[in-house]
Amino acid sequence: MAAQAPAMPAIRLSWWIDDPRMRRMLLRLFGGALAVFIGIPLLTLVLWSFAGEWFWPNLIPTQWSLRWWQEVLENPRVIDAMVLSFTIAPVVTLLTAVVAIPAGYAFARLDVPYRRTLLLLFLIPNAFPRIGLYVSLAVLYYQIGLIDTYWGVVFLHMIGTLVYMTWITTATFRSIDPHLEEAARDAGASPLRAFFSVVLPLALPGIIVASLFSFLASIDEAQGTLIVGTPHYITMPVLLYTLISSFQRPVAAVFSVLLALPSLLLLVVAQRYLHSEYVAAGLGRV
Amino acid sequence: MAEVELRHVTKSYKDTTAVDDVSLAIKDREFVALLGPSGCGKTTTLRMLAGFIRPDAGQIVIDGKDVTDLPPEHRPTAMVFQSYALWPHMTVADNIAFGLRLRRLPQAEVADRTARMLDVVGLPGVTKRYPSQLSGGQQQRVALARALVLGPKILLLDEPLSNLDAKLRVRMRDEIRRIQQELQITTVYVTHDQEEALTMADRIAVMNGGVLQQVGDALDIYDRPATAFVADFIGSSNLLTGILRLAGTRALAQVGDARVPVEADGLADGAAVTVSARPEDMEVLREAAPDAFRLDDTRLVNFGAYKRLLGRHPAFGQLEARVPKAFRLGDEPVYLRFTRARAFAGDPKPRG
Repeated sequence: MAAQAPAMPAIRLSWWIDDPRMRRMLLRLFGGALAVFIGIPLLTLVLWSFAGEWFWPNLIPTQWSLRWWQEVLENPRVIDAMVLSFTIAPVVTLLTAVVAIPAGYAFARLDVPYRRTLLLLFLIPNAFPRIGLYVSLAVLYYQIGLIDTYWGVVFLHMIGTLVYMTWITTATFRSIDPHLEEAARDAGASPLRAFFSVVLPLALPGIIVASLFSFLASIDEAQGTLIVGTPHYITMPVLLYTLISSFQRPVAAVFSVLLALPSLLLLVVAQRYLHSEYVAAGLGRV
Repeated sequence: MAEVELRHVTKSYKDTTAVDDVSLAIKDREFVALLGPSGCGKTTTLRMLAGFIRPDAGQIVIDGKDVTDLPPEHRPTAMVFQSYALWPHMTVADNIAFGLRLRRLPQAEVADRTARMLDVVGLPGVTKRYPSQLSGGQQQRVALARALVLGPKILLLDEPLSNLDAKLRVRMRDEIRRIQQELQITTVYVTHDQEEALTMADRIAVMNGGVLQQVGDALDIYDRPATAFVADFIGSSNLLTGILRLAGTRALAQVGDARVPVEADGLADGAAVTVSARPEDMEVLREAAPDAFRLDDTRLVNFGAYKRLLGRHPAFGQLEARVPKAFRLGDEPVYLRFTRARAFAGDPKPRG
């Protein structure tokens, strides 16, 4: 090594990475672009929901109005859908947690045979075009009497949420040093006690993140619910689909804002109570 | 009273035998170090004592009671982990009190015993802090307190000092030994650091490749190594390979075209042997003498308190001798004589 002639200084294409000013500028540029990309459509949505009159080429509405909000909120079907959505989502989240937490723990800690294959198996529903899956599920639901039922909708939502939660909790449990659990056993705790006193509290941030995702996924699910839930189980996004075809654009905007609210609220709560590192830890390393 | 006994304990994984028929009796209040290179089976042995691993064969007996099938929570052992394994979501006090609360002791007693144990490990007044707010050495003490507070019969330590810097390691070494003496607790200590083992333990069990090589006190294993591996692993040795030649009362090892007088108990004429000689068992001569070998390419390495003389011999390859710090090399040739060399059957097993 030492005897070799010093290598020719390579021409570095990434010189700008080393320049802090350049790096800061690029970061701002990129951040700004991202904000515009995400922000503009959202902003347009909000503007539309409050628009009384908005014709081209005006950048903002020429007349403001709460008419569309009133129209939507006075519609009894909207209230029913909201109530239904918010009674389905918590149940979906809870049931998912009950299945996914033990499953994630087993995948992370126990010598599950074909662990990788099983984890991939969970992803299979996502590999197919969803609509095909839902149609075949609907056929099955007809046969076993789950079509147009509350539990039919709940189980359908769980197909998606189980994936998130199992993967996230598996990663979370795996990031917890097994010695911590052993230390609890060593101090006299039963396996169950060690889990509840040591593992679960440490995994909680990951579990909360996973629950959040499940909750939001359930709130937003439309395609499958439309197929297996109609005509009696109309959730908010399903209603949104039916409303936008018959109403004017601002109604859809109002509805979209309404649908976005729980997500925004939960994310704010999550930001407050969860360290961003935890969120990252929960999402990373699967 | 707290005696531990491993009886023909064996543990295999897929295609390796981690612990191979290990039998070891540890006496009451004894401090035994399990010493060996990484992968030698010492940690597996310790984890079997703690109950985290079930042996494939053999028994683990504590105070005459077979505990082989007992889970860790039902064994009178307490372990200090290499990574300390303090629970990050609990304060120091909660960490230590965890086991006491499991035993449903009254609140006052829990607090009392927690505080007392922090005094024993020399760390009073940190009860409300979290492990992440403590230094490595302090975390180590908390881990020790958490293990000791339950009054275990056996204390198990898994390389507890390997994450500390050199200075602190020496201090904690003395500290752990002091606490062990104070509490008179039977202790099993796993380490790859021979200095730790030699300075702390009453007896040292040297392991390699899952096999117990030798059990003895520091002097035994240093001065009277039982196998070529021990001779090589403990301290430093000149190692030669050759054939044993018995000539009357004399035993000689034929190494290349040279012959070295050796101690060779119970070995037969013509056996393949490994010869081990400590650098301090090499006598340096300035002129030729019987059984003395001339060194070429000599040089000195200074260790402060002493020097090492290194040189080559056509038959032996590199040899080293310990010499006083005033030793100088002149122009005249240097000869080495083996004042004490031991022959062992076979090759030393490769480390690791």
